Amino acid sequence: MKQLILCILTALCLAGPALAEKKDTCVSCHRGLDGEMAAPVQGMPQDVHAQYGLSCADCHGGDPTQEDMEASMDPRRGYRGAPTAEQIPTFCGTCHADAATIRKFKPGLRVDQLELYWTSVHGKQHQKGDRKVAQCVSCHGVHGILPGSDPRSPVYPTNVPKTCARCHSDAGLMAGYRIPTDQFDQYKTSVHGRILLEKGVRGAPACNDCHGNHGAAPPGVSSVSNVCGQCHPVNSELLKQSPHQKPFEEMGVAACESCHGNHGVQRPTDDMLGAGEGSACTSCHERGSKGHQAAEAMRAAIDGLKARRDAAEALILRAEQAGMEVSQAKFDLNEVGNALTKARASVHAFSLARLGETVKEGEALAEGTTRKGEQAIAELQFRRKGLGVSLVIILGVAVALFFKIREVDRRRGLR
Amino acid sequence: MEAKTRSKVLDWLDERLQVQVALSFLAKKVVPLHRHSIWYYFGGMALFLFSVQVVTGILLLLYYRPTAEAAFESVQFIVTEVRFGWLIRSIHSWSANLMVAVLFVHMLSVFLLKAYRKPREMTWVTGVLLFFCVLGFGFSGYLLPWNTLAFFATKVGTELVNTVPVVGQPLLIFLRGGEDVTGATLTRFFGFHVAVLPMLTTLVLALHLLMVQFQGMSVPPSMQDQEDRMKKMPFFPNFLLRDALGWLVALGLLAALAAVFPWELGVKADPFAPAPAGIKPEWYFMFMFQTLKLAPSHILFLEGEMVVFLFFGLCGLGLILVPFLDARSRRGERSPLFTAVGILMILYIVTLTIVGYLVKVG
Repeated sequence: MKQLILCILTALCLAGPALAEKKDTCVSCHRGLDGEMAAPVQGMPQDVHAQYGLSCADCHGGDPTQEDMEASMDPRRGYRGAPTAEQIPTFCGTCHADAATIRKFKPGLRVDQLELYWTSVHGKQHQKGDRKVAQCVSCHGVHGILPGSDPRSPVYPTNVPKTCARCHSDAGLMAGYRIPTDQFDQYKTSVHGRILLEKGVRGAPACNDCHGNHGAAPPGVSSVSNVCGQCHPVNSELLKQSPHQKPFEEMGVAACESCHGNHGVQRPTDDMLGAGEGSACTSCHERGSKGHQAAEAMRAAIDGLKARRDAAEALILRAEQAGMEVSQAKFDLNEVGNALTKARASVHAFSLARLGETVKEGEALAEGTTRKGEQAIAELQFRRKGLGVSLVIILGVAVALFFKIREVDRRRGLR
Repeated sequence: MEAKTRSKVLDWLDERLQVQVALSFLAKKVVPLHRHSIWYYFGGMALFLFSVQVVTGILLLLYYRPTAEAAFESVQFIVTEVRFGWLIRSIHSWSANLMVAVLFVHMLSVFLLKAYRKPREMTWVTGVLLFFCVLGFGFSGYLLPWNTLAFFATKVGTELVNTVPVVGQPLLIFLRGGEDVTGATLTRFFGFHVAVLPMLTTLVLALHLLMVQFQGMSVPPSMQDQEDRMKKMPFFPNFLLRDALGWLVALGLLAALAAVFPWELGVKADPFAPAPAGIKPEWYFMFMFQTLKLAPSHILFLEGEMVVFLFFGLCGLGLILVPFLDARSRRGERSPLFTAVGILMILYIVTLTIVGYLVKVG
């Protein structure tokens, strides 16, 4: 008897509040089954749909109030069963592409996923009958689907690259499509990848930020600077105004990518500019050409500002280590750093005159900061000399006092 | 001619203020000479450093503004723009710390030499009260530059008052001027620092010095039987000149410390920022802070913090009452128990302070 009560209580606890409210024979039967027949209900406690009160019959149809299996899974009662791979996008789209349905649960959720999917490479291939391409469950999972804001979800920002890589790094799977499979390896070592995967900064771009998610497709050559410009608008805008824009368009070269690369994009350094090793300019501009000379001049301007900033920094650091109060100078130094960043960004206009203006502003700031550092060092020297003089005077008085003490002691017979 | 003028001035003053009484008192005042005489200089040294605090404090007042919006900026202005402002501010901070250190030595030497015994009980009581006043100066002054470390240390420090049964909460509100540490706390602490504490200290200091003058220097119990045969030094000018020499050395040391290791200003306090790592009080509160950190969350049925706070409260009360608790010294007998207590106290303070600085934060 005790065992029976315990079983009933356990069943009630596991079934959850939904079961307490209405009968759901899908859940109660499948829970008693083994293997893949039990899998659909195992994920239910965490499933985002279940949390909104949806259960098996809301997707698969049928009548969950019927005790009899045949009756509950009767097509005449709306039972649709498990969708085939072909049916999955429209199966999910039944609700997710229907604004009226979604409004009842989460009015802010977009309902254009299916529409976007048909525009994606995945969707187009799917329509052609290719069943190896990704559809909804490939990325979101099935039964036990988590909201994208859950860190365990495969579509949570930091998990997206691995989710895409499940297929795109699979050489066997990709062989038929003639696309590379090293994107994830490149991405992992890129500046974007390191920030997202190592530092966990969710704002850093993952695959979907450049390719789209439900409408995923490689950006066309002409769109690359727009794609990068989502996060780097200043650089993108400057590039559009630059003398590079027209020839890039004519040559069909992807603007940003031609210098920075794509999946493996690295943190840019000043070495990318100019004529030295690691320069991106020399891959197009031959030695002696106008472009080559402009690149060298631009690099010299950036180097000059950097050297001035470094010199001011060293001076302020020296004063600070000696205990001087240099908070204002440090604030100004920060401004010089900002000017250097601005100058580096303005390189994308590929105009020596324009860069010169920015560098000039930065140099004026650096000069003011250096002056503050020099003043601090001069004040330090003044203090040290003042201390020396004071100590000499104090020492002189102390010696005089010492002799006075000896004298009064002698007078009082204390010596 | 010069002697005649001096005599005239003295006569004029004597007719009105009876200065001859004070002068003849000074002329007769002597200081016993023995192997522990060195400890006699620490009181004078503390007094000198206190005078430095008064002078530099008044100078800082010329520019300091006691509001949350302006305090940090005004100190920044003092150390960067005001001529010799950096020197005055640094000397004020260094001198405060040296004064506390000298007071520790002065009080502990008086304790171990049992100089508190009859008839100097009240000299001891006023001395301990002065020590508490100085700690109050230190605690209230620490917040005044309104920097991050001071802000959070004050938050932690005042929070402890809350652990006192019954009166804890009202006392906390009184200290902070509200539920939390805000600009109201700063203004209040400024009031304590420049008005309440100076007034109390001046009164108690006057009593302390008067009693020291009337009762003279105490001779340690182990030498009391030789007191009559003991060599003595006139207080004026021999002892006072030696005092002056010590003060001069202290002045040189202060100048060097201020010039070579200027007191840091830190970063302006941001009440909405999370508490930074490594919050620590001034070094002289470190042993209490460390005790709190090491105390378990509960001791018997009471909160650990409350027990520690009450323990130090009782220790403070015990310290004031030492002359009345040490019955053996009062009777002129040797008092090894109180010597042991004194040594334990020193060991505890030194060990916990060192541990406090060596142990890394969380």
